[in-house]
Amino acid sequence: MPITLNLPTVLARLADGRGELEATGSTLGDVVRDVSERYPTLAPRLRGEDGTPYPFVTFYLNDEDVRFHGGFEAAVSDGDEITIVPAIAGG
Amino acid sequence: MTTHAIDPAADSAESGALPELSNEEILRYSRHLIIPDVGLSGQRRLKAARVLLVGAGGLGSPLGLYLAAAGVGRLGIVDFDVVDATNLQRQVLHGTRDVGRPKLASARDRLADVNPFVEIETYETRLTSDNALAIVREYDLVVDGTDNFPTRYLVNDACVLLGKPNVYGSIFRFEGQASVFATAEGPCYRCLFREPPPPGLVPSCAEGGVLGVLPGLIGVIQATEAIKLLLGAGETLAGRLLLVDALRMRFRTVRVRRDPECPACGTRELRDLIDYEEFCGVRRTAAEELAAGAIPELTPSELAARVARGDELDLIDVREPHEWEIARIAGARLEPLGAFAGALRSLDSTRDIVVYCKGGTRSAAAVRQLQAAGFRRVWNLAGGITRWSKDVDPSVPKY
Repeated sequence: MPITLNLPTVLARLADGRGELEATGSTLGDVVRDVSERYPTLAPRLRGEDGTPYPFVTFYLNDEDVRFHGGFEAAVSDGDEITIVPAIAGG
Repeated sequence: MTTHAIDPAADSAESGALPELSNEEILRYSRHLIIPDVGLSGQRRLKAARVLLVGAGGLGSPLGLYLAAAGVGRLGIVDFDVVDATNLQRQVLHGTRDVGRPKLASARDRLADVNPFVEIETYETRLTSDNALAIVREYDLVVDGTDNFPTRYLVNDACVLLGKPNVYGSIFRFEGQASVFATAEGPCYRCLFREPPPPGLVPSCAEGGVLGVLPGLIGVIQATEAIKLLLGAGETLAGRLLLVDALRMRFRTVRVRRDPECPACGTRELRDLIDYEEFCGVRRTAAEELAAGAIPELTPSELAARVARGDELDLIDVREPHEWEIARIAGARLEPLGAFAGALRSLDSTRDIVVYCKGGTRSAAAVRQLQAAGFRRVWNLAGGITRWSKDVDPSVPKY
């Protein structure tokens, strides 16, 4: 069972409109690299040019903020669910 | 389970001195009074409470209506905007007859009708680093219904510095977020997003749109959290972020932890409010502006004059196809910003190029891309198609 990546609709349109992607890798960074290669226009919305996470896009691994679990180095395994939450400001 | 109750009567001479309810109020709030978790004492707590609502727009509309109806004793509202026809699709606090009126005047009339027992205090100003602490200090909690990053960080920091809970909500298109920040033990907005995105990366609702019912959905969640905090009832969203996807109708909560390195609530190195426009990169310094190179602009009237005298130029529209369907400037060519890099090679750098979008922000980004690619005769249409409609051709619809 692969790793599932949940994208908000604003990012899903950069992944052929798919709000749920399946990915592989042993760390979160691997997963981000995997989907970045498959969806090049999505890539710059997930991480900076140097490959590090942005301070305004938070990744959750099974509903826990990954920054407290090693960030992109956090270990992931099959069946894990990653949710991407970008900052929005509308009101 | 942790509740994060605040004590609205804490400032009274006697902490137990909650205001009495009149017979009229008892009748009005009867459906609250017969819920054991609210009851007479809960309703009196609501009457003693002072809630500050920042923004009387999309989120502020349901918030104002429900907090007033619920009998919150004093409702402060900060806003400086005027009701516009484009607000009415979602800002249900205001009506067609209010177009052109200050939102605060419209809000005051409507809320006084919803519940004349609520005291409404209005602040017709932008919330700034100079006035935020003085205004927030007068309230028990703050509900964030703002529409931009600088004010969100300002509201957050003022709440952390003063120890007031910040009931957060934010929306974009079909999606929303809600949480409760800055409670005694809980995380704050900076723990969730350490820094804002650079300007222009995340479109505002004015640029990207928002489903009209979405602020209703999120605003009512914020109102629920505010009322629970005041009652000291239940389990609030402190420490959790609620994510709402209205398109797929999915709700999810993720955990938000207090960041030990958070300058506001972690290390507490932030001891005063800062310049939030600078923090969010909205205002560049003169030196940065010079380094970046100013974007050459053409006003709609100047463009119309150039077209009228038969100047050779290419007019490029960088909006989305669905916006092109709504309105366009005659003679323009559509090259959406999202795929602009690919369109560059189809443009002729020997010709004059004028780029436009809805309001001038996205086209400025396109002009920068063109400049970076070596184009020299490029102009941004100031104010976009909206100003073109206003200044040159009113037959082009505004949206």
